[in-house]
Amino acid sequence: MEKKTKIHAEENRHDLTITREFDLPVELLFKAYEDPEIVAQWMGTKVIKLESKKHGAWEFETSDPNGNVVFKANGVIHDFIPNEKIVRTFEMDNINFAPQLEFLEFEKLTDGTSKLTMQIIYKSIEHRTNQLKLPFAQGLNMAHNRLEEIVTKLK
Amino acid sequence: MTSLYLQSNNCVMEIRRDVFQAIADPTRRAILSLVAVQAMTPGAIAANFNSSRQTISKHIQILNECELLHQTQSGREIYYHLNPQKMKEIDNFIEPFRQMWEDRFNKLESIMKNYKK
Repeated sequence: MEKKTKIHAEENRHDLTITREFDLPVELLFKAYEDPEIVAQWMGTKVIKLESKKHGAWEFETSDPNGNVVFKANGVIHDFIPNEKIVRTFEMDNINFAPQLEFLEFEKLTDGTSKLTMQIIYKSIEHRTNQLKLPFAQGLNMAHNRLEEIVTKLK
Repeated sequence: MTSLYLQSNNCVMEIRRDVFQAIADPTRRAILSLVAVQAMTPGAIAANFNSSRQTISKHIQILNECELLHQTQSGREIYYHLNPQKMKEIDNFIEPFRQMWEDRFNKLESIMKNYKK
Protein backbone atom coordinates (compact mmCIF):
# COMPACT_ATOMS: atom_id res chain seq x y z
CA MET A 1 0.00 0.00 0.00
CA GLU A 2 1.37 3.37 -0.97
CA LYS A 3 1.95 5.88 1.78
CA LYS A 4 -0.39 8.77 1.25
CA THR A 5 1.18 11.10 3.75
CA LYS A 6 4.75 12.04 2.95
CA ILE A 7 7.26 13.80 5.15
CA HIS A 8 10.17 15.57 3.58
CA ALA A 9 12.73 16.34 6.25
CA GLU A 10 16.26 17.01 5.10
CA GLU A 11 19.18 16.48 7.45
CA ASN A 12 20.49 19.49 9.32
CA ARG A 13 17.58 21.72 8.53
CA HIS A 14 15.10 23.24 10.90
CA ASP A 15 12.04 22.78 8.79
CA LEU A 16 10.12 19.94 7.22
CA THR A 17 7.25 19.50 4.78
CA ILE A 18 4.25 17.21 5.11
CA THR A 19 2.25 16.49 1.96
CA ARG A 20 -0.95 14.58 1.48
CA GLU A 21 -3.37 14.15 -1.38
CA PHE A 22 -7.03 13.82 -0.48
CA ASP A 23 -9.92 12.24 -2.21
CA LEU A 24 -11.87 15.41 -1.45
CA PRO A 25 -12.62 18.68 -3.23
CA VAL A 26 -10.36 21.45 -1.94
CA GLU A 27 -13.39 23.21 -0.38
CA LEU A 28 -14.09 20.23 1.86
CA LEU A 29 -10.43 19.82 2.77
CA PHE A 30 -10.32 23.46 3.80
CA LYS A 31 -13.59 23.17 5.71
CA ALA A 32 -11.98 20.42 7.80
CA TYR A 33 -9.47 23.05 8.95
CA GLU A 34 -11.91 25.90 9.32
CA ASP A 35 -14.80 24.40 11.28
CA PRO A 36 -13.98 23.93 15.01
CA GLU A 37 -16.34 20.96 15.38
CA ILE A 38 -14.78 19.10 12.48
CA VAL A 39 -11.23 19.92 13.65
CA ALA A 40 -12.12 18.42 17.03
CA GLN A 41 -13.24 15.20 15.35
CA TRP A 42 -10.20 14.44 13.23
CA MET A 43 -7.56 15.87 15.55
CA GLY A 44 -9.11 13.99 18.45
CA THR A 45 -8.90 17.05 20.66
CA LYS A 46 -11.16 19.56 22.33
CA VAL A 47 -11.16 22.85 20.46
CA ILE A 48 -11.29 25.59 23.08
CA LYS A 49 -10.89 28.33 20.55
CA LEU A 50 -10.52 28.52 16.79
CA GLU A 51 -10.90 31.93 15.21
CA SER A 52 -10.56 31.08 11.55
CA LYS A 53 -9.50 34.50 10.31
CA LYS A 54 -6.48 36.71 9.87
CA HIS A 55 -5.10 37.64 13.31
CA GLY A 56 -7.31 35.05 14.97
CA ALA A 57 -6.14 32.69 17.68
CA TRP A 58 -6.58 28.99 18.41
CA GLU A 59 -6.38 26.76 21.44
CA PHE A 60 -6.67 22.97 21.71
CA GLU A 61 -6.82 20.77 24.77
CA THR A 62 -6.78 16.97 24.97
CA SER A 63 -7.72 14.99 28.06
CA ASP A 64 -7.26 11.34 28.95
CA PRO A 65 -10.33 9.22 29.84
CA ASN A 66 -9.97 10.33 33.48
CA GLY A 67 -10.26 13.97 32.50
CA ASN A 68 -6.62 14.87 33.08
CA VAL A 69 -5.32 17.30 30.48
CA VAL A 70 -2.51 15.56 28.62
CA PHE A 71 -1.98 18.00 25.78
CA LYS A 72 -2.55 21.69 25.43
CA ALA A 73 -1.50 23.82 22.50
CA ASN A 74 -2.21 27.25 21.13
CA GLY A 75 -1.21 29.69 18.47
CA VAL A 76 -2.17 32.64 16.35
CA ILE A 77 -3.34 32.78 12.78
CA HIS A 78 -1.32 35.14 10.62
CA ASP A 79 -3.07 34.60 7.38
CA PHE A 80 -6.30 32.90 6.41
CA ILE A 81 -7.35 32.67 2.78
CA PRO A 82 -10.23 30.23 2.24
CA ASN A 83 -9.40 27.24 0.04
CA GLU A 84 -5.86 28.53 -0.41
CA LYS A 85 -3.74 28.94 2.66
CA ILE A 86 -3.38 29.26 6.41
CA VAL A 87 -0.30 30.63 8.12
CA ARG A 88 -0.23 30.05 11.85
CA THR A 89 1.96 29.40 14.85
CA PHE A 90 1.86 26.36 17.09
CA GLU A 91 3.05 26.20 20.68
CA MET A 92 2.54 23.55 23.33
CA ASP A 93 1.86 24.46 26.93
CA ASN A 94 3.88 22.98 29.78
CA ILE A 95 6.78 21.93 27.62
CA ASN A 96 9.87 23.92 27.00
CA PHE A 97 9.66 23.99 23.20
CA ALA A 98 9.72 27.14 21.13
CA PRO A 99 6.68 27.98 19.00
CA GLN A 100 6.78 26.73 15.42
CA LEU A 101 5.57 28.44 12.27
CA GLU A 102 3.28 26.55 9.93
CA PHE A 103 2.44 27.29 6.30
CA LEU A 104 -0.52 25.31 5.05
CA GLU A 105 -1.27 25.36 1.34
CA PHE A 106 -4.46 23.92 -0.07
CA GLU A 107 -4.43 23.04 -3.73
CA LYS A 108 -7.13 21.83 -6.10
CA LEU A 109 -5.99 18.87 -8.18
CA THR A 110 -9.24 17.87 -9.87
CA ASP A 111 -12.87 18.63 -8.97
CA GLY A 112 -12.83 15.79 -6.50
CA THR A 113 -9.22 15.70 -5.30
CA SER A 114 -6.93 18.10 -3.52
CA LYS A 115 -3.50 18.40 -1.97
CA LEU A 116 -2.29 19.78 1.32
CA THR A 117 1.27 20.97 1.74
CA MET A 118 2.27 21.86 5.27
CA GLN A 119 5.67 23.39 5.86
CA ILE A 120 6.70 23.60 9.50
CA ILE A 121 9.57 25.82 10.57
CA TYR A 122 11.24 25.16 13.91
CA LYS A 123 13.53 27.42 15.90
CA SER A 124 16.52 25.11 15.54
CA ILE A 125 17.59 21.72 14.21
CA GLU A 126 17.44 20.41 17.76
CA HIS A 127 13.91 21.71 18.18
CA ARG A 128 12.83 19.85 15.05
CA THR A 129 14.39 16.63 16.34
CA ASN A 130 12.70 16.91 19.72
CA GLN A 131 9.35 17.70 18.18
CA LEU A 132 9.59 14.74 15.80
CA LYS A 133 10.40 12.39 18.62
CA LEU A 134 7.24 13.30 20.53
CA PRO A 135 4.73 10.91 18.89
CA PHE A 136 6.95 7.93 19.58
CA ALA A 137 7.63 9.08 23.12
CA GLN A 138 3.92 9.71 23.65
CA GLY A 139 3.10 6.25 22.36
CA LEU A 140 5.45 4.74 24.88
CA ASN A 141 4.07 7.01 27.58
CA MET A 142 0.57 5.85 26.78
CA ALA A 143 1.76 2.29 27.17
CA HIS A 144 3.39 3.17 30.48
CA ASN A 145 0.27 4.92 31.70
CA ARG A 146 -1.74 1.85 30.84
CA LEU A 147 0.80 -0.18 32.78
CA GLU A 148 0.44 2.11 35.78
CA GLU A 149 -3.31 1.83 35.54
CA ILE A 150 -3.08 -1.96 35.61
CA VAL A 151 -0.62 -1.96 38.48
CA THR A 152 -2.84 0.42 40.47
CA LYS A 153 -5.81 -1.88 39.95
CA LEU A 154 -3.81 -4.81 41.29
CA LYS A 155 -3.05 -3.00 44.53
CA MET B 1 -8.22 -9.20 11.04
CA THR B 2 -7.47 -8.97 7.34
CA SER B 3 -5.29 -5.95 7.88
CA LEU B 4 -3.32 -7.72 10.58
CA TYR B 5 -2.67 -10.53 8.16
CA LEU B 6 -1.53 -8.16 5.48
CA GLN B 7 0.86 -6.53 7.86
CA SER B 8 2.36 -9.80 8.94
CA ASN B 9 2.86 -10.81 5.33
CA ASN B 10 4.39 -7.47 4.46
CA CYS B 11 6.65 -7.89 7.41
CA VAL B 12 8.45 -10.73 5.72
CA MET B 13 8.84 -8.80 2.49
CA GLU B 14 9.61 -5.36 3.77
CA ILE B 15 10.91 -5.67 7.26
CA ARG B 16 12.15 -2.14 7.67
CA ARG B 17 8.84 -0.50 6.89
CA ASP B 18 6.87 -2.90 8.94
CA VAL B 19 8.85 -2.52 12.11
CA PHE B 20 7.38 0.95 12.13
CA GLN B 21 3.94 -0.34 11.36
CA ALA B 22 4.38 -2.73 14.23
CA ILE B 23 5.13 0.04 16.69
CA ALA B 24 2.53 2.39 15.24
CA ASP B 25 -0.20 0.35 16.92
CA PRO B 26 -0.93 1.36 20.55
CA THR B 27 -1.67 -2.20 21.69
CA ARG B 28 1.59 -3.44 20.25
CA ARG B 29 3.48 -0.61 21.91
CA ALA B 30 1.82 -1.55 25.18
CA ILE B 31 2.92 -5.17 24.69
CA LEU B 32 6.47 -4.01 24.04
CA SER B 33 6.53 -1.96 27.21
CA LEU B 34 5.14 -4.90 29.20
CA VAL B 35 7.79 -7.34 28.02
CA ALA B 36 10.46 -4.66 28.41
CA VAL B 37 9.98 -5.05 32.17
CA GLN B 38 10.08 -8.84 32.19
CA ALA B 39 9.72 -11.83 29.87
CA MET B 40 6.10 -12.95 29.76
CA THR B 41 3.98 -15.82 28.51
CA PRO B 42 1.28 -15.04 25.90
CA GLY B 43 -1.34 -15.65 28.58
CA ALA B 44 0.24 -13.19 31.00
CA ILE B 45 0.47 -10.58 28.24
CA ALA B 46 -3.18 -11.07 27.21
CA ALA B 47 -4.28 -10.72 30.85
CA ASN B 48 -3.30 -7.05 30.64
CA PHE B 49 -5.78 -6.22 27.91
CA ASN B 50 -9.50 -6.17 27.45
CA SER B 51 -9.15 -7.55 23.92
CA SER B 52 -9.63 -11.23 23.21
CA ARG B 53 -6.73 -13.58 23.61
CA GLN B 54 -6.75 -14.24 19.85
CA THR B 55 -6.39 -10.53 19.10
CA ILE B 56 -3.45 -10.20 21.46
CA SER B 57 -1.92 -13.32 20.04
CA LYS B 58 -2.08 -11.80 16.53
CA HIS B 59 -0.32 -8.70 17.84
CA ILE B 60 2.35 -10.86 19.45
CA GLN B 61 2.75 -12.73 16.20
CA ILE B 62 3.36 -9.50 14.28
CA LEU B 63 5.88 -8.27 16.84
CA ASN B 64 7.59 -11.64 16.72
CA GLU B 65 7.75 -11.68 12.92
CA CYS B 66 9.19 -8.19 12.94
CA GLU B 67 11.81 -9.45 15.38
CA LEU B 68 10.82 -6.97 18.05
CA LEU B 69 10.18 -9.94 20.31
CA HIS B 70 12.03 -13.19 20.63
CA GLN B 71 10.82 -16.27 22.38
CA THR B 72 12.34 -18.82 24.72
CA GLN B 73 10.90 -22.10 25.87
CA SER B 74 10.83 -22.96 29.56
CA GLY B 75 9.24 -26.33 30.12
CA ARG B 76 5.85 -26.15 28.44
CA GLU B 77 5.68 -22.38 28.53
CA ILE B 78 6.81 -19.95 25.87
CA TYR B 79 8.19 -16.66 27.14
CA TYR B 80 8.41 -13.52 25.05
CA HIS B 81 11.30 -11.10 25.53
CA LEU B 82 11.93 -7.69 24.07
CA ASN B 83 14.63 -7.70 21.42
CA PRO B 84 16.55 -4.56 22.40
CA GLN B 85 18.74 -4.71 19.32
CA LYS B 86 15.77 -4.41 17.03
CA MET B 87 14.40 -1.59 19.16
CA LYS B 88 17.67 0.25 18.65
CA GLU B 89 17.17 0.04 14.92
CA ILE B 90 14.08 2.17 15.34
CA ASP B 91 16.15 5.30 15.51
CA ASN B 92 14.22 6.77 12.65
CA PHE B 93 11.69 8.68 14.67
CA ILE B 94 10.19 10.34 11.61
CA GLU B 95 8.06 7.29 10.87
CA PRO B 96 5.90 7.51 14.04
CA PHE B 97 5.47 11.22 13.31
CA ARG B 98 4.38 10.45 9.76
CA GLN B 99 2.07 7.74 11.03
CA MET B 100 0.47 10.19 13.46
CA TRP B 101 -0.35 12.55 10.57
CA GLU B 102 -1.44 9.69 8.35
CA ASP B 103 -3.94 8.62 11.01
CA ARG B 104 -5.25 12.17 11.41
CA PHE B 105 -5.55 12.74 7.67
CA ASN B 106 -7.29 9.41 7.13
CA LYS B 107 -9.80 10.43 9.75
CA LEU B 108 -10.22 13.87 8.17
CA GLU B 109 -10.85 12.27 4.78
CA SER B 110 -13.45 9.84 6.04
CA ILE B 111 -15.26 12.54 8.06
CA MET B 112 -15.36 14.93 5.11
CA LYS B 113 -16.62 12.27 2.73
CA ASN B 114 -19.86 12.38 4.70
CA TYR B 115 -20.25 16.02 3.72
CA LYS B 116 -19.90 15.13 0.07
CA LYS B 117 -23.16 14.68 -1.61
